[in-house]
Amino acid sequence: MQYPKELFVRLTEKDVQAEMVRPSITYWQDAWRRLKKNPVAMISLIFIVFLLLVSLFGPYFSPYSYSDQDFDRQNQGPSMEHPFGTDSLGRDQLVRVMYGARISLSVGFVASLTTFLFGVIYGGISGYAGGRVDNIMMRIVDILYSIPFLLWVIMLMVLFREIFPATGGGAGLYSIFIALGLVFWLPMARIVRGQILSLKEQEFALAAQTIGAPKWKILFRHLIPNAMGPIIVTATLSIPEAIFAEAFLSFIGLGVSAPMASWGMLASDALSSLRSFPHLLLFPALAISVTLLAFNFLGDGLQDALDPRMRK
Amino acid sequence: MLGYLIRRFLSALFAIWVVITVTFIFMHLIPGGPFQTEKAIPEAIKENIEARYKLDQPLHIQYLDYLGNVVRGDLGPSYKYRGQTVNDIISERFPVSLQLGLLTFVIAIVLGVGAGIIAALYQGRTPDYITMFFSTIGISVPSFILGTLLMYVFAFRLGLLPAAMWGTPQHVIMPAVALAGLPTAFIARLTRSSMLDVLNQDYMRTALAKGLSRLRIIWVHAVKNAIIPVITYSGPLLAAILTGSFIVENIFAVPGLGKHFVTSIYNRDYTVILGLTIFYSILLIGLNMFVDFAYTLIDPRIKLTGGKE
Repeated sequence: MQYPKELFVRLTEKDVQAEMVRPSITYWQDAWRRLKKNPVAMISLIFIVFLLLVSLFGPYFSPYSYSDQDFDRQNQGPSMEHPFGTDSLGRDQLVRVMYGARISLSVGFVASLTTFLFGVIYGGISGYAGGRVDNIMMRIVDILYSIPFLLWVIMLMVLFREIFPATGGGAGLYSIFIALGLVFWLPMARIVRGQILSLKEQEFALAAQTIGAPKWKILFRHLIPNAMGPIIVTATLSIPEAIFAEAFLSFIGLGVSAPMASWGMLASDALSSLRSFPHLLLFPALAISVTLLAFNFLGDGLQDALDPRMRK
Repeated sequence: MLGYLIRRFLSALFAIWVVITVTFIFMHLIPGGPFQTEKAIPEAIKENIEARYKLDQPLHIQYLDYLGNVVRGDLGPSYKYRGQTVNDIISERFPVSLQLGLLTFVIAIVLGVGAGIIAALYQGRTPDYITMFFSTIGISVPSFILGTLLMYVFAFRLGLLPAAMWGTPQHVIMPAVALAGLPTAFIARLTRSSMLDVLNQDYMRTALAKGLSRLRIIWVHAVKNAIIPVITYSGPLLAAILTGSFIVENIFAVPGLGKHFVTSIYNRDYTVILGLTIFYSILLIGLNMFVDFAYTLIDPRIKLTGGKE
């Protein structure tokens, strides 16, 4: 039977709109809508953006550099000239805290990025391949998991300190990036693998298979995008963990080298003169704690927003 | 059951072997060896030292030698402190860390579970908000910040507790609280949410309907089921106490193993770093295995056939 062309009418955009009861919203718009309703998460997000801007541009507005020493003004408390006071070498504490934010945030973002890339690929392959491959790949993760990640990071930093001696006393920022990157993908790999295991049994994966999509395409175009919610939450929550790890390493002398200052180093420096000059501890401590709090709140908020099971 | 135990034990042994091998490789990737940072020394002395510490042997002989020694419980000598072995260091300093760790463990469990139960019972009311407020702060304040703040307030300002060292019961309070902060907060949240889960179960209503007292319902029926997730948290809890001890023992100058570990990192005392890492790994892997066994016994619903998933 033939259908004459006249039977078909081309719909305009307007007709389509009229057909719909309400505008359709994508998964991401829906998640964003839910996130916006969460005041704690939004305040955290605003704080993080603020911190990012301050760490990027703040130091340019300061008349001091993080290594400028002023021996007439050592260990001063907060004042108009130095809002956060000065340290034992007369360096402006405000600009040092802002530089610390740069270090902490870059450590957090780099760790989260490697978590994202490596963890997703590793976990995706493991879950999708299944069987023996999955078993071996997950055994490796289990074994790496059997001792705390900080112990691995310490070992790696001890090793890097000797392999790259050019970085001076500390082990340098890049060593921290590499050490954290090598260890941080573990939880992500587990979560992605679990997601892929259940997603690959669903009909749309079977449909993609029947129309002859290659395996890698099914994994990366169909399965992983559907696991994006938990992936983003895990990546976000790995940021505070990395910031904490950097502060920890700096505190035990394996972090960035002087005169660079990370928050952990500032807190560790403050310890020796804590009795007389507590203000040196106050600001780095506040910076670390509030930042960790903000990232944790944002992660929790994202979890509520992105996890459809929580939907009312 | 026995099959599960054996498989779990073998996989723990395998994990320990991997840790030993990887750390051994790490330590031998370090260029120049452990005596590189010393002043220039005559060739003959250098050779003697290398012979003493078996550095002149080929790598695979050193490795097998080391593995054999670890199996016999000998973690080797310290490069920095002549005449002292890693075993000496452990037997001298580990008891201190153990006391601190045990107290931390008790504080975290008792306080965390207690606060979580109270928060769940008063859900949406003031005690719940107070508990959740403190536990949110608790998971965001790192132990070294909490430790230094405690020291400033209680030692320097109020003068109530000694700022450092070890020996009397007063010395242990601040380090233990600083170490316990994060795990306590985490356990409180965990207990609260699992307690809320349990309280909404049908069998809670049944217990109420058959006329049991509120106290009995909470203790016998709710808490018993609600603390199972807390037991599964034991692994991360032990890890947190262990890595936390590196920092907290340094802040309060506690003469424990964690402080020595950090000192040996400063000193580049590689055999001690290697030996202590292996000691810590065996300790953690062993304890985690024990926890796994324990909670399969506590919770009969857990299947014994599969591995750890």
